[in-house]
Amino acid sequence: MRATVNGEPLDLPEGLTVAALLQRLGVQGDRVAVERNGEVVKKARHGEQTLAPGDVLEIVTFVGGG
Amino acid sequence: MDELVLGGHRFTSRLVVGTGKYKEFPTMKAALEASGAQMVTVAVRRLDLQAKGEASLLHWIPKDMVLLPNTAGCYTADDAVRTCRLARELQLGGENPLVKLEVLSDPKTLLPDVEETLKAARQLVAEGFRVLPYTNDDPVAAKKLEDAGCAAVMPLGAPIGSGLGLRNPYSLQMILDQAKVPVIVDAGVGTASDCALCMELGVSGLLVNTAIAGAKDPVGMARAIKLATEGGRLAYLAGRIPKKLYGSASSPLAGVIGAA
Repeated sequence: MRATVNGEPLDLPEGLTVAALLQRLGVQGDRVAVERNGEVVKKARHGEQTLAPGDVLEIVTFVGGG
Repeated sequence: MDELVLGGHRFTSRLVVGTGKYKEFPTMKAALEASGAQMVTVAVRRLDLQAKGEASLLHWIPKDMVLLPNTAGCYTADDAVRTCRLARELQLGGENPLVKLEVLSDPKTLLPDVEETLKAARQLVAEGFRVLPYTNDDPVAAKKLEDAGCAAVMPLGAPIGSGLGLRNPYSLQMILDQAKVPVIVDAGVGTASDCALCMELGVSGLLVNTAIAGAKDPVGMARAIKLATEGGRLAYLAGRIPKKLYGSASSPLAGVIGAA
């Protein structure tokens, strides 16, 4: 299954949840926010939402800025 | 107590500082502390998925500081709204988070796109955000943003990062005269005297990043800007004398020796 994560195309196994994706990427879920196809996926739902082919995901964090 | 009340928070410091452009985190932390600021801006960006064990910005921001996520780098209302929603999710704090709304029009000038800013502001206010919008030094735009329900208006002094200081004090005066929400000068400050000047005109606060982060000694400049902001505020409250064309002697005119 192909999805786009932070602008990069990735091959991912079918049935992956958002939480499993983060784990696979080595990302701590409590340090990031996730948007799937333009909608925020709340942390409490990371374990429930299953990714679908063609999904566009943004995984963001706070960085320095003015 | 002379406090700045902003979106449900009470601040004794009128300086908001940015966390961008620092060469390293320890200097940033020392500068944040030296500034006396109680709120700092942060940006929302894609996590670098290649960088493992990335140093966390938040680790270097004193815990008692309020975070003000910005939408810097957004050029459309839609991107700015999405960024604010992600910022709310990142913070996990409160239903009415403060956000600095910034929708730019052009990467060279970094001037705000007021039309998109207004569109985003209306949407964000409807979603419960407390919106602090970066805007032009235009009283009409400032009024529209205030009417849209923004918690403050943040006109620029000069383009972001330019260090040109307050280029249009007369427009700022008009914005101040009409505003019923706090007016914060965001962008353009180059050094301490710019801060004093803005505060003397009666603005409620200042947002400063590059002038501190880009200084030869950021910690020293943070302290200078803190003191200038406080000095300017005290001068505003104390009330300056009117300007006069001619001199007005400070010492008694009578009793000068040798007088007839």
